[in-house]
Amino acid sequence: MAHIAVPHEPRLYGLMAEFDNPDTLVAASRRARVEGYRNMDAYTPFPVEELNDALGLHSTKVPLLVLIGGIVGGLSGYGLQYWVATIAYPLNVGGRPLHSWPSFIPVTFEMTVLVAALTAVFGMFALNKLPMPYHPVFNVPRFALATRDRFFLCIEAADPKFDRESTRRFLESFAPREVTDVEA
Amino acid sequence: MNDATSLPELAGLRIAALVLGAGGVLASLVGAFFSPAQFFHSYLFAYVYWFGLGIGCLAISMIYHLTGGGWGVAVRRLVEAGAATLPLMALLFVPLLFGLPQIYEWTDTRAMMADPVLSRKVAYLNVPFFVTRAAIYFVAWLALAHFLDRWSGAQDRTGDPRLAVRMRKLSGGGIVLLGFTVTFAAFDWVMSLEPHWFSTIFGLLFLGGQGLGAMAFVIAIAYLLSRRPEFGRVLAPTILNDLGNLLLAFVMIWAYLSFSQLLIIWAGNLPEEIPWYLHRIAGGWNYIAIVLAVFYFAVPFLVLLGRNNKRQHYRLTIVAVGIIIARVFDVFFLIAPEFYRDHLSVHWLDLTALVGLGGLWLTMFIWRLGARPLLPPNDPELAPALARRH
Repeated sequence: MAHIAVPHEPRLYGLMAEFDNPDTLVAASRRARVEGYRNMDAYTPFPVEELNDALGLHSTKVPLLVLIGGIVGGLSGYGLQYWVATIAYPLNVGGRPLHSWPSFIPVTFEMTVLVAALTAVFGMFALNKLPMPYHPVFNVPRFALATRDRFFLCIEAADPKFDRESTRRFLESFAPREVTDVEA
Repeated sequence: MNDATSLPELAGLRIAALVLGAGGVLASLVGAFFSPAQFFHSYLFAYVYWFGLGIGCLAISMIYHLTGGGWGVAVRRLVEAGAATLPLMALLFVPLLFGLPQIYEWTDTRAMMADPVLSRKVAYLNVPFFVTRAAIYFVAWLALAHFLDRWSGAQDRTGDPRLAVRMRKLSGGGIVLLGFTVTFAAFDWVMSLEPHWFSTIFGLLFLGGQGLGAMAFVIAIAYLLSRRPEFGRVLAPTILNDLGNLLLAFVMIWAYLSFSQLLIIWAGNLPEEIPWYLHRIAGGWNYIAIVLAVFYFAVPFLVLLGRNNKRQHYRLTIVAVGIIIARVFDVFFLIAPEFYRDHLSVHWLDLTALVGLGGLWLTMFIWRLGARPLLPPNDPELAPALARRH
């Protein structure tokens, strides 16, 4: 059976506008947020401080995860020592009490730091959906310039307000170098 | 503009400092007439508290000269004014010299020689050497404060870029010198209250507490001044976040060093080391220990973890004021149990001496703060701090 390729309209991931400078990008992002767009992202060669605010990227769950991780690590560290020293293998060390909390603190502290740090790293990966071997934005040929001297704003088709024509007109209004369809 | 009236926000504090200071000093002098020994004990406690604030300010100003950063512009003048109180503290050290026999048991050489451990310490713990060392510390501190202050004033006038380099170089050596001198001052003035006892970490613990107190103090004073348009602009959320993080760092340094000292002495369980803690976990002193663990470490630590608590000056100030109050307990906990080893005891002179010296200190501080523009006009960090948009 020969497999016959059926040509089809490629699905659209979103529309991408290319800007020369970060200020226009920030202005466009701010405007897009005011217009009601929510599913969008910006790509820049270096961190632009105002973008977080412009895109409305405020809340991240990482600090909460780290706090939970730290508490879990601390409790498990202390619990392990308590269990070993008083229940599993009581040992008389120079007549000190079996539950001698001062000597448990360093290990508890280190366990807190260890689990919190691991949670921070892997929590960040998970929330960013990393590792991600494929992402549609790389289908735009000029996107490679995002690591050099161009600034991109991509409004995704998943956005409820997204409309091929009106969104394109909206992006054109900022006089970008070009607006490109991003294939999914 | 060069008189203290240029700081109307602090006018209330200035009047309070003058009134309470005068009242506290007078009441303490009356108390000294009736119970001289108690007066000297209280005076040492109050002195260590306020002198620590000055040293802490000197340390923070040197840290800023070494590291730079926008946070320093906001607090530079405040810590410089705090360091400028050190000449007053040098003067206020003199009364202690008249009360050495009432404060330190090592002044009794005969009793020292009778004790096998203490007889080895006579070479260090004796009055002439003690006074000589104190003079050396003050010469070092006053020299550091004087040169930094003078060059800072010259920088305001001329803006010569070499002055910043000069201040940085002095701060590099100065911070090392400060570490050594404060360590030995802590050994001499506080640790030797219990001459058998020793703890090599004690000096750094002392310095860490002073830095913490000074950081909290300048954050609180900056809040009073934050209504000023230019100064308020420098106190942007990002800068406040840095100040809050520094405060958190000092809280953690103090807690870390305190706990290290406890753990090592507790684990060693040696007869010449452990009594210091035995006095402090019994007879009511244990309540102060709990207050410190909760209000000097746990609560500030947890509150300062939150980003929003650091970025809002009002909330940060509440934490800072709490730390300033808790630090009274901290200093009291280091000193007072050596005078009342059996049970917790607070004398009214402790309060009057603290208020009296505090009034003098604050009066000097506000006077020095008003003598210069609140924002250093030629500090290289000032322009970026004012240009910041949020």
